[in-house]
Amino acid sequence: MSWTTVCTLDDILPNAGAAALVGDTQLAVFRVDDRIFALDNHCPFSRANVLARGIVGSVGETLVVASPLYKQHFSLEAGHCLEDDSISVRRFPARNENGLVQVQL
Amino acid sequence: MSHIQRLLVVGNGPVGHQFLESIVESGCATDYQITVIGEEPRPAYDRVHLTAWFETRQAGALNMVADGFYATNNIDVRCGEKVVAIDRDAKTATTDSGRRYDYDQLVLATGSYPFVPPVPGHERENCFVYRTIEDLEAITAAAKNASVGAVVGGGLLGLEAAKAIKDLGLKTHVIEFAPRLMAVQVDDGGGALLRRKIEDLGVEVHTQKNTQNIGDGEHCVHKLSFADGAELETDILVFSAGIRPQDALARQCELEIGERGGIAINNYCQTSDPAIYAIGECALWNQRIFGLIAPGNEMARVAAAHILGNRDDKQFTGADMSTKLKLMGVDVASIGDAHGNTPGAKSYTFIDEQAEIYKKIVVSESGKHLLGAVLVGDADDYGNLLQFALNGIALPEHPEAMILPNIDGSASVGLGVDALPDSAQICSCNNVSKGDICAAVQGGALTVGDVKSCTKAASTCGGCTALVGQVVNAELTKLGVEVNTDLCEHFPYTRQELFHLVRVGGIKSFDELLEKHGSGKGCAICKPTAASIFASCWNEYILESQHAGLQDTNDRFLANMQNNGTFSVVPRMAGGEVTPDGLITVGSIAKKYKLYTKITGGQRVDLFGATLDQLPAIWKELIDAGFESGHAYGKSLRTVKSCVGSSWCRYGVQDSVGQAIDLENRYKGLRSPHKIKMAVSGCTRECAEAQSKDVGVIATEKGWNLYVCGNGGMKPRHADLFASDIDTETLVKYVDRLLMFYVRTADRLQRTSVWMENLEGGLDYLRQVIIDDSLGICDELERDMQSVVDSYQCEWKTTIEDEQKLKQFRSFVNADDGDKDIVFVEERGQIRPANEEEKQLNNNLIAVA
Repeated sequence: MSWTTVCTLDDILPNAGAAALVGDTQLAVFRVDDRIFALDNHCPFSRANVLARGIVGSVGETLVVASPLYKQHFSLEAGHCLEDDSISVRRFPARNENGLVQVQL
Repeated sequence: MSHIQRLLVVGNGPVGHQFLESIVESGCATDYQITVIGEEPRPAYDRVHLTAWFETRQAGALNMVADGFYATNNIDVRCGEKVVAIDRDAKTATTDSGRRYDYDQLVLATGSYPFVPPVPGHERENCFVYRTIEDLEAITAAAKNASVGAVVGGGLLGLEAAKAIKDLGLKTHVIEFAPRLMAVQVDDGGGALLRRKIEDLGVEVHTQKNTQNIGDGEHCVHKLSFADGAELETDILVFSAGIRPQDALARQCELEIGERGGIAINNYCQTSDPAIYAIGECALWNQRIFGLIAPGNEMARVAAAHILGNRDDKQFTGADMSTKLKLMGVDVASIGDAHGNTPGAKSYTFIDEQAEIYKKIVVSESGKHLLGAVLVGDADDYGNLLQFALNGIALPEHPEAMILPNIDGSASVGLGVDALPDSAQICSCNNVSKGDICAAVQGGALTVGDVKSCTKAASTCGGCTALVGQVVNAELTKLGVEVNTDLCEHFPYTRQELFHLVRVGGIKSFDELLEKHGSGKGCAICKPTAASIFASCWNEYILESQHAGLQDTNDRFLANMQNNGTFSVVPRMAGGEVTPDGLITVGSIAKKYKLYTKITGGQRVDLFGATLDQLPAIWKELIDAGFESGHAYGKSLRTVKSCVGSSWCRYGVQDSVGQAIDLENRYKGLRSPHKIKMAVSGCTRECAEAQSKDVGVIATEKGWNLYVCGNGGMKPRHADLFASDIDTETLVKYVDRLLMFYVRTADRLQRTSVWMENLEGGLDYLRQVIIDDSLGICDELERDMQSVVDSYQCEWKTTIEDEQKLKQFRSFVNADDGDKDIVFVEERGQIRPANEEEKQLNNNLIAVA
């Protein structure tokens, strides 16, 4: 599978996220320091495409984003919901390639 | 077959109402057919705080009956109807309207009537008593044409009446038969100091005066002549010379009556007829009348338990008559044997003439036990001393240490609350024991506010608030519920501490804060909190790149995110004022972008359904038309609601719209622990509903009344009157200080109402800090507020002028497309988000992208 470049590192605020569109898929791409993570932008609780707008942080050692509507936490690395084991969102391989933000679908 | 028991309550005062509440709380109210009959025109109101009527002059403010109380519990309430006869054989009561009520059990809660000495002339016009709202209305009306007022009686209620007369602007006299004021509760030393303090307030006190005649005055309406030959002229006379039990009905139906009046009752509050109970001030237990609310409430609970047949054998066995109150701003407290009448009793006295404080304790012959106390000028020791007296706790070796000031800063000889037995009564008004409070804490009430609402402790006179706080904290510690006040796992500090660290350390970014004082990566709790603190302290543009990622959902895009991920837009309309052109612009924009429009509760227009990428374009048009951000998205000042006031309204006494606009423009953009709402009403009719706001302002003839810490919403709370008849300059000064103090000290997401209820010392403390500057920080608070006011910017104006910031508002970082999942349907001529079913059916969907 090939990497798709969605933007530059500077297009995403440090320790925050941005939404990206690859084909018909809406992604939430997060930047933690200079590392990049990508999840499905669709929040399974609110059924709205909003995860990219959540606050990025940590719970214990786990890097998370908090859904902006009802505040459930999703692991940036694994996609699972910390409050509800049965729920997770798709995660996608993502990287910072010399200042380019790239994802694999 | 047994019929439903008919329970008839005669008297709808505080004690009668407590009885009804006790029945309702038992869950058995529906087993009875309950009727309550009261001769006053309204149901139970708070007679203990009768004088508070003058603050609003509205009877509703004293109402004790929760909305829907009678209807929900199927209680038949009759107001303005007086029971005139009881037929014990037929078990019926007849009223002055001729109606007859059958009963199985009858409760007499008829209270008392004021004793008016049979002095010749006591029935002249402008002679009043001080017991009902109607009495207060009559006194107020008479005061309009009077310049001098006098109160006969220097007891507790007499001094209350004197305060009222003084506040009505009259020259005020207090006339007392005994050699000192409050003769029952305080001793000579305390009485002398109390007298001095009250005279300092401009009230003339005349003791040892035996009024013998009331006749025509030369300068005033009345002339009082005293036994010692002295005379005094006054326009208004209020008798407050004690109370007498209202036992007329009991006499009529020949129940046993005490020699000096009062309906004799046993330990179950039953009269000589077992089907009839008597409770409160009309009842005589063990040859004693109890003229305080706490014993009355206790009788009500005992009678209710007995009627319900509860097996815990609750009995009335007398009551502690200790009391603490504030009279004309002077703290006075009296405990137990205040006069040292117990054989062998010894006393210790401390007098500070400089600070005008008098304290006395009475101890047992052995010196081991506290029998009584008198406190004037400073009653902070009341709770502590009362517990020693009530629970027979052994005194320290030097009991005098209990009332001596701790000059070298050492801790006073306090009583650790751990020393109290579980049975210790902490709140006597509502009979809440230490055990009850501990149980509430164990049940999950973790703050004084929570404990107050679930046990009612400290909710009547408030005298025990500090003690309740100590019990709550001690219990939490004991439970090992470490009272973890840390903001979150990343910062081991409270919001208040974090605020201090940021302010003092000059910290301006989250990375710096985290590095110096925290750990981890932060979270959805600490990041918005830090962002809010930064904004309160430094007021930088909140979407600066170091701040943007900290902002909570709505602040992040300067708009309110709705359930489908679209946003709503609210332009500011200060004071709810908008020009026709402004309204047309807003309408045109809404139409152009197909937004759903609705009028908000804060008197402005909300436009729903904007997608992220539409926000800048919408705001550009709004700003070009002269609008600015309404901060509907922020934990900050929302709106200052107003009525039209004196400009248009025929009742208005001040320009409430102008005041509201000025206040809204002053505080707009102020970031705070939670949202702040205000309102300004142009007269006492209060059409702007200011008393449900964090800051409420009501116009008076002379200026403004300031109300604080009210709330609507989930837990409604009436705002408290904070200052009266102040001018605009003072108003702004107080609001500056209050808001900044709130911003500094409140917890995250704590509205002013909860904040104030959790402040130790509550409203009084807040007044000391804000009005008396007891912490010496008022200048600083005003400066800090002025700096926020001076650095205000419309965040949307800043945003649309900055190309870089606008990039954050694209729906996708790599495409110009919109979110195709956002679809609407039409309802009542406007859009609303389509639900899942409608999306599936795919009929008549309206897409924006």
